[in-house]
Amino acid sequence: MSFLRPETGASQHATLPQPAPLERSAFLPPVHAYRRARGFSAVYQGTRSALRALRANALRSLLTSLGIIIGVGAVIMMISISEGNAAAINQRLSALNPTQLTIFPGSARGTGGVSSGLGSAQSLTLDDANAIAQLSHVTAVSPLINAQGQLVAGDQNWSTSVVGVAPPYQQIGGWQLQDGSFISQDDEDSGHTVAVLGQTVVDNLFGPGADPVGQSVRINGVPFTVIGVLAPKGTTGGRNADDVVYVPYTTARQRLSGGRSLGQIVLTADSTSNVGLVQNEVEQLLEQRHNIANPQLDDFQISNQLQVLQSVQGTNQALTILLVSVASVSLVVGGIGIMNIMLVSVTERTREIGIRIAIGARPRDVMTQFLIEALVLSILGGLIGIVLGPVGAWVLTHFTTTPFVLDPLSVLLAFGVSALVGVVFGFYPAQRAARLDPIVALRTE
Amino acid sequence: MEQREQWQADGHRAYPLVRVRQLVKNYYLGHTIVPALRGVDLDVWPGELVALMGPSGSGKSTFMNLLGCLDQPTAGRYLLSGVPVDELSPNELADVRNRSIGFVFQNFNLLPWMTALENVELPLTYMQMPAEERRRRAEMALTLVGLRTRAHHRPTELSGGQQQRVAIARALVTSPTLLLADEPTGNLDSQTSVQIMGILQELNRRGLTIILVTHEADIAAYCRRQVRFRDGRVVGDTLNSEPLEARLQLTHDHDHEQEGRKVTS
Ligand SMILES: Nc1ncnc2c1ncn2[C@@H]1O[C@H](COP(=O)(O)OP(=O)(O)O)[C@@H](O)[C@H]1O
Ligand SMILES: [Mg+2]
Repeated sequence: MSFLRPETGASQHATLPQPAPLERSAFLPPVHAYRRARGFSAVYQGTRSALRALRANALRSLLTSLGIIIGVGAVIMMISISEGNAAAINQRLSALNPTQLTIFPGSARGTGGVSSGLGSAQSLTLDDANAIAQLSHVTAVSPLINAQGQLVAGDQNWSTSVVGVAPPYQQIGGWQLQDGSFISQDDEDSGHTVAVLGQTVVDNLFGPGADPVGQSVRINGVPFTVIGVLAPKGTTGGRNADDVVYVPYTTARQRLSGGRSLGQIVLTADSTSNVGLVQNEVEQLLEQRHNIANPQLDDFQISNQLQVLQSVQGTNQALTILLVSVASVSLVVGGIGIMNIMLVSVTERTREIGIRIAIGARPRDVMTQFLIEALVLSILGGLIGIVLGPVGAWVLTHFTTTPFVLDPLSVLLAFGVSALVGVVFGFYPAQRAARLDPIVALRTE
Repeated sequence: MEQREQWQADGHRAYPLVRVRQLVKNYYLGHTIVPALRGVDLDVWPGELVALMGPSGSGKSTFMNLLGCLDQPTAGRYLLSGVPVDELSPNELADVRNRSIGFVFQNFNLLPWMTALENVELPLTYMQMPAEERRRRAEMALTLVGLRTRAHHRPTELSGGQQQRVAIARALVTSPTLLLADEPTGNLDSQTSVQIMGILQELNRRGLTIILVTHEADIAAYCRRQVRFRDGRVVGDTLNSEPLEARLQLTHDHDHEQEGRKVTS
């Protein structure tokens, strides 16, 4: 600094001799020319004194940080839960056959949704299914009837969904047999009372590890012979795929549902890229067979699993954005809390600031001190939030079926945002502190 | 005998440490103007011990704040070691307060959560001085005021006189050229006041220029030069050829380390 620069432009003192060099007093050794504290050293010292000031007011510091703790915790928790959801959906997607199409009877008009299949419409026939089987790129077609069945074997009983299907369904559903065989064309044609049981059904009716092939089971009072046991698929996306019974479609229609309509038609295309093509073909074929000129008046609906799941994923993404924005609002609220307390702190410590300015703190030193204090508050809050957020998400996964997923990027993001909040909301109070008039500041009590 | 003449006789040093010319300070309260200083002329020479006296409201504190670069004058000139202070930037002013001036207040103004040593170190933290040297210097300054053994006490654990000695050590620690003290004994009993004056006299003897404010004639009696203020003007500037020696009065009284009642604040 240019403390010793000569006086300029002071005409009334022109006759005075040049100022002598500053005479340092002899009571302490002279201070060597140090540069002002800058950079790392200033930040380190500032952090130390900030921690000290915050510790002196531990409860208030904690309450101040609470907004940031909750904000950061909530953001991490929301991202974790959403990603868990996405993972669950992906799992469900992988459990299903992406080449599968399902044709439901009924029109899209009316109540807006797909009408419930069984019995509500007579539009789909077995001939439709056979005609579809002739189309190119179609690998398997099966009619399908869903019914709820009460199963009894010996003194055990079990309630589950009984599905009437044709032999190609084994391929469509991707089922392997553990014992016995799947429904044959003969069973289908003759309407044999035979059943293929899922693993869960076997466990509950015959006990784990039993081989019930050849034994009898009553479904809704009708005796069926067990001809096969499905290899277990396990639980996919919260649904137990093994809790199912397959019977021949004709048998189901005659003995279990009583109706004459066929529930749905399920089919598979030869590849995912041909799903759309097959869907169009099926649509045209059925319109032609049902004499429908206007596609708006279709008496059937084709559902594409891929599309359904993609739209569910899209919904999940929208939900994630919503949840994270709500959580972000709490971060901003936390920041305003910090600003509030920093303003109170500046007011309370006006005298301290006056003292610091009086003994030589530059405006920037004061500014740095309060900025660092706000930053330390928000970063400490952020760190606590980083611990609490995943814990909260992990606890929540125990009440839902979604898996626990923690994205390190979301943790990093939340931490960065909390630091940013500290700087942004600490700036104004720090600036106020730096601009205090030392005379006024020293006079306050 | 006369110090000023000695300085002036000594050619290259013949320049005042403080030169004030027609210094004016007005305060503005709403639309009313409160003239606190109405044109002050004063020179203070290196090595002087000056007492500023005058009735309450005569502008002494205002003048001290201007000398201490805590405030800017409405008009007039203030040269510190020949440097026109009004031309300095805010950062340069901060450095002047840090390096060239030590300020002692009536109410001590220590930071209560810091120990005596940390309080004394504080001015040094605003320079890039290594922690070790900072600590060493602060200990030296505390030794100078006889409080080396209380380095780790907090202000609330010290008596008023001890607190003021810590404040003096803080003012000294950067080795300033000018010590300003606004009623340094105003909150202390007379015995303790004499001790503080003893310390200031000792520092002055070692070459420190000191300007102190007091409205007590007993305290001013320890100073060689007495400047009187009234209504924002200097109305008297006298030399006391035989100032009292606090040192001599203290020898048959208390020891520095054990004085006064505890002050809790
Ligand atoms: N911040 C201020 N605002 C308005 N008036 C002030 C302020 N500070 C001092 N004054 C006035 O200036 C005059 C001088 O005050 P001061 O310098 O404190 O006197 P002293 O220290 O000699 O008692 C007084 O009339 C006082 O009321
Ligand atoms: Mg005063």
